[in-house]
Amino acid sequence: MIRHHPSLDLLADYASGALPEPLALLIACHASLCAECRGQLAALDKLGGAILDELSPAPLGDDALEDALRRIDRSAPAPLPEAAAALDARSRAILPAPLRRYLPQGMGALRWRWRGPLREARFDLPSRGFRVSLFRLKAGAAAPRHGHAGHEFTLVLEGGFRDAGRQYNRGDFALADSSRAHVQIADEEGCLCLVVLDAPVRLSGVLGAIANRFLRF
Amino acid sequence: MPAAALPAAVSSPRYAAWRRGGLSAQRRTRDAIVEGEELAGLIGAIAMRGDRDAFARLFRHFAPRLKAYAMRCGADAASAEEVAQEAMVQVWRRAATFEPARADAQSWIFAIARNKRIDLLRRERRPEIEPEAGSQDERPEARIEAARQTDALGRALAALPADQASMLRKAYLEDKSHSAIAAETGLPLGTVKSRVRLGLARLRLLMAGWDA
Repeated sequence: MIRHHPSLDLLADYASGALPEPLALLIACHASLCAECRGQLAALDKLGGAILDELSPAPLGDDALEDALRRIDRSAPAPLPEAAAALDARSRAILPAPLRRYLPQGMGALRWRWRGPLREARFDLPSRGFRVSLFRLKAGAAAPRHGHAGHEFTLVLEGGFRDAGRQYNRGDFALADSSRAHVQIADEEGCLCLVVLDAPVRLSGVLGAIANRFLRF
Repeated sequence: MPAAALPAAVSSPRYAAWRRGGLSAQRRTRDAIVEGEELAGLIGAIAMRGDRDAFARLFRHFAPRLKAYAMRCGADAASAEEVAQEAMVQVWRRAATFEPARADAQSWIFAIARNKRIDLLRRERRPEIEPEAGSQDERPEARIEAARQTDALGRALAALPADQASMLRKAYLEDKSHSAIAAETGLPLGTVKSRVRLGLARLRLLMAGWDA
């Protein structure tokens, strides 16, 4: 049973399309496991539909409909890219479907590096300003106490951990920010998490705008 | 929002009505072209028999709105038209995946257009939800009459206090996170968040009232 969910702000930003890709991936993975948040997101899409419907129409070119029909005739439906059939059973069981699309070779193909008691496999997406990783914590191990310049968004994929007296299991979502240092202690079976870190403060420019907008979440 | 940033079409009386929050109800009485259930039927006709007339009607209803949506999200007229076109092509291709019991036509097409604009305008991929086998879905009875719910939602939106409604529209139409809206409007982030939250909570209450 999932106990910890993303905030309504994050769900609303996913529904409107405002979230950058790494965070949208995290929300899509959580919602793929969480019926409650799927229900919330369906309601938020309904609101999007209602807002779309009341928009003042902007006329299209005269031959727009014919053009659309030509496009339809020109190309057959492209099959949706599904994760490779060869994906190993463990990756298939543990990685939520949206994540499998980013890791078609499975977890075994990732490059795992030691970071203290943690193992990290980075697979950054094109969006700049974010660090996207799988983290593995051994049974009973504690992630060193750490603070963040920005935010740490975590989704538990396997096993579980405790942080500040709260238990997190598969599907649970956690958000840590710079307001408090924290330490995560893995359960007996260890823990595997999808983690997105937003960048430390950047000072100016487009990148800064992207990073900074999450500093205040 | 500065008037100069608005697309040409929005200076119409309809836009003025929309700004006052009264358009939904007004449009539905004056030119209720196609209602939610009929729209869903058109998508069904495309799915079942590749009905091009049904597509044409759907196109006339939605494509201009999709173009307006993309322009509000910051696209120029040509890119916005491309988003509208590609979204409608996607509507044709994915018609068979539309489930009227789960979603209404407007929100289904909104989701397609949102993903298209992220794809075409922002050049990012859009991670989509794919429910895991065994993850219990919402109660079936909660899904009935999706089309009627959306009509009710339109009325609820029109009845919201102006500051909450405008915040919700901003959030959906301008590709901005809550924080970006706060920076732009000069309102504290807490105020933006609470208006969005209040708006959403109030919509829920209003809709519950109509269901009863």
